[in-house]
Amino acid sequence: MATTYRTCPRTGLQFDLDADKLMRWNAVAGVLWLLVGGITALLVILTRWPAIKLLPADQFYLILTAHGIDMLILWILFFEMAVLYFASSTLLRCRIATPKVAWLGFWLMVVGGIMTNVAIFQGSSSVMFTSYVPMQAAPHFYLGIILVAVGALLGTGVFFGTLVVAKKDKTYTGSLPLVTFGAMTAAIIAVFTIASGAAILIPTFAWSMGWIKEIDAQLYRMVWWALGHSSQQVNVAAHVSIWYLVAAVAFGAKPLSEKVSRFAFLLYILFLQLASAHHLLSDPGMSAEWKVLNTSYFMYFAVLASMIHGFTVPGAIEAAQRKKGFNNGLFEWLRKAPWGNPVFSGMFISLVGFGFIGGISGVVLGTEQINMLMHNTFYVPGHFHATVVVGTTLAFMSITYLLVPTLFKREMIFPKLCQIQPYLYGLSMIVLSLVMMGAGTLGVSRRHWDMAFSGAPFQYEWPGAAYLMMGLTGIFGVIAVVGGALWILLVVGSLLFGKKLDGGATHDKPVPIPDQSAAAAASHTGSEEHVKVPGTVVLAITLLTCFVLYYFVNWKYLSEVWGLS
Amino acid sequence: MSAILPPSERLWWKTPISSQEWAWIGIAFVWAMIMFVMMVYWHINGKQNLSNEVYKTTTEMFTAKTEAFVKENTIRTETEQNIPVVKPNANGEAFLLARLWAWYPILELEAGKTYKIHLSAVDYNHGFSLQPTNINIQVIPGYEHVVKMTPTKAGTYAIVCNEYCGIGHHTMLGRIYVK
Repeated sequence: MATTYRTCPRTGLQFDLDADKLMRWNAVAGVLWLLVGGITALLVILTRWPAIKLLPADQFYLILTAHGIDMLILWILFFEMAVLYFASSTLLRCRIATPKVAWLGFWLMVVGGIMTNVAIFQGSSSVMFTSYVPMQAAPHFYLGIILVAVGALLGTGVFFGTLVVAKKDKTYTGSLPLVTFGAMTAAIIAVFTIASGAAILIPTFAWSMGWIKEIDAQLYRMVWWALGHSSQQVNVAAHVSIWYLVAAVAFGAKPLSEKVSRFAFLLYILFLQLASAHHLLSDPGMSAEWKVLNTSYFMYFAVLASMIHGFTVPGAIEAAQRKKGFNNGLFEWLRKAPWGNPVFSGMFISLVGFGFIGGISGVVLGTEQINMLMHNTFYVPGHFHATVVVGTTLAFMSITYLLVPTLFKREMIFPKLCQIQPYLYGLSMIVLSLVMMGAGTLGVSRRHWDMAFSGAPFQYEWPGAAYLMMGLTGIFGVIAVVGGALWILLVVGSLLFGKKLDGGATHDKPVPIPDQSAAAAASHTGSEEHVKVPGTVVLAITLLTCFVLYYFVNWKYLSEVWGLS
Repeated sequence: MSAILPPSERLWWKTPISSQEWAWIGIAFVWAMIMFVMMVYWHINGKQNLSNEVYKTTTEMFTAKTEAFVKENTIRTETEQNIPVVKPNANGEAFLLARLWAWYPILELEAGKTYKIHLSAVDYNHGFSLQPTNINIQVIPGYEHVVKMTPTKAGTYAIVCNEYCGIGHHTMLGRIYVK
């Protein structure tokens, strides 16, 4: 079978044309789902904003279900397929294994995604993203998700196949590059995730068809969350890989230590899949021992891994910058970073937001007893908008500023707006997460249409601060939607109207990486010398201080509520 | 050693790890252990731990138990719907049933006394969210969760349902009096 490779003249990245097309289609499909998810986001925000309360209750729950499915599953999974193909075929400079299977996977995901959305918008499946039994959706709601999962599993298989092809064709020597290694951890966790999804959604589909009489409500929650939370761990592994990728591309940065970074990824494989427990800490069905062990990812070893990445990624950037001579003081390396380059600024906001806001809040929320202060409150979506949106979505957005010229061969339109977009989106999303968590700390419920409880037999008045937080949620939510819409406009506009760029020469065999390219420069710099990274040490200590303070403040809050035993 | 291309030094696993990185790994590890031990410590010395006492139940069984409890201990009714206000024995047992879209019945407790509250749902998942003290517990059909609660302060408390349970979810508001 003939394979054609294209070498991008700007980056030196080499694309197998089959993989090239697969990546483009998957990325575009992802962006289209993000558009649907973004419109639903706006409607959700405008309804939860107490002063506006746009939609009636039935439409609100319908739209909220669509928002969860379209963002958490469809936007992210399609984009992740593109990331997997990039990390295997492009970074290893080899042909993609079985492109036809990859296309089958793509179309299964498209059909499944549309099927589930049809079920939701028909109005018979407003069961939320989590679809807890015994609340029942239409059969094609579950069937659609199953098809998406099968499609994603095929894509993951193609990724592993491509690693085998690269090994066999000897397109690289030694070990896998770190970014590919990270993507591989994402793919391995994805297999576990999808298997869990099959284990629960196939019986649930059968139940919705009337073939099975009953599914235990607690069992459903446990197995479903092995899909629901583990899929977010796929995102973590994927966006951490992208952080390393951006550090390498934008700075020629090398990891401080390959060994440490790879070991941290390995910890993800070993422990991240225990996270199902995070959603069951206030459930009746599990014992305290089970909760303690699982919620801590077995003694916090996966948290340890994220703390390591949180040090080594900025550390790698600092080391690269200091080598270039930005050696004054603690932070010249950071001040002189290319803040006007959206690839870098987006990635760095993603890193800081994920670490400081998403990471800390996640660990506190996932502490067995403290969870009772926050379970099912608005704190929960506050937390995961800092992880999945600031962390994953913003990392995906930032890498897209690199992919549009190199993969789609188009220049980004309106470069000034491109510069602003990561700040607009990232910072508003960080504030949004904070005010959502603020409302949750005051007890405000998630997935709740009316905080005034109209029609209830009693009255309960939330504190004024809760209304203030919900109002701020509305304001910053709208700003974040504008930031997201701007990204979609810039990307789609560039794909349609951006200046066409030279795609580069094509060959029928992989060619050596051109010497002058950014990628090549990154691969050959320096030796093993250890550069001191004092700025990163200060950042890390700041993170730890915030972490420790916030952690114990919550124990203090907990000690003040009613006694429970 | 770049992140996007294979490490140029093939024996990367033999490269020593710098002291600053070791230090951070050490600090992070110690912090992880502290957080882990903290949960265990709270089980021994903390006063807020979720009960492990759980029984399998059914809609019929739990409804019958709750009705028996209400019949025996009702002290008055409130609202147009005549919702019973039920006062369990001090340090006794109480039942709280979650259904579409109500918490049944209203409980009247005494501050400083400890009650064994049996929680269950008879249709969908519901969320027990006690406000303004802010305690949140998942309530799952088929599971009878016996939670020991000790109210600390007198007042009127609301039970918000914070697990989505359908179109009337926002009207599902219960009440607990603490005298």
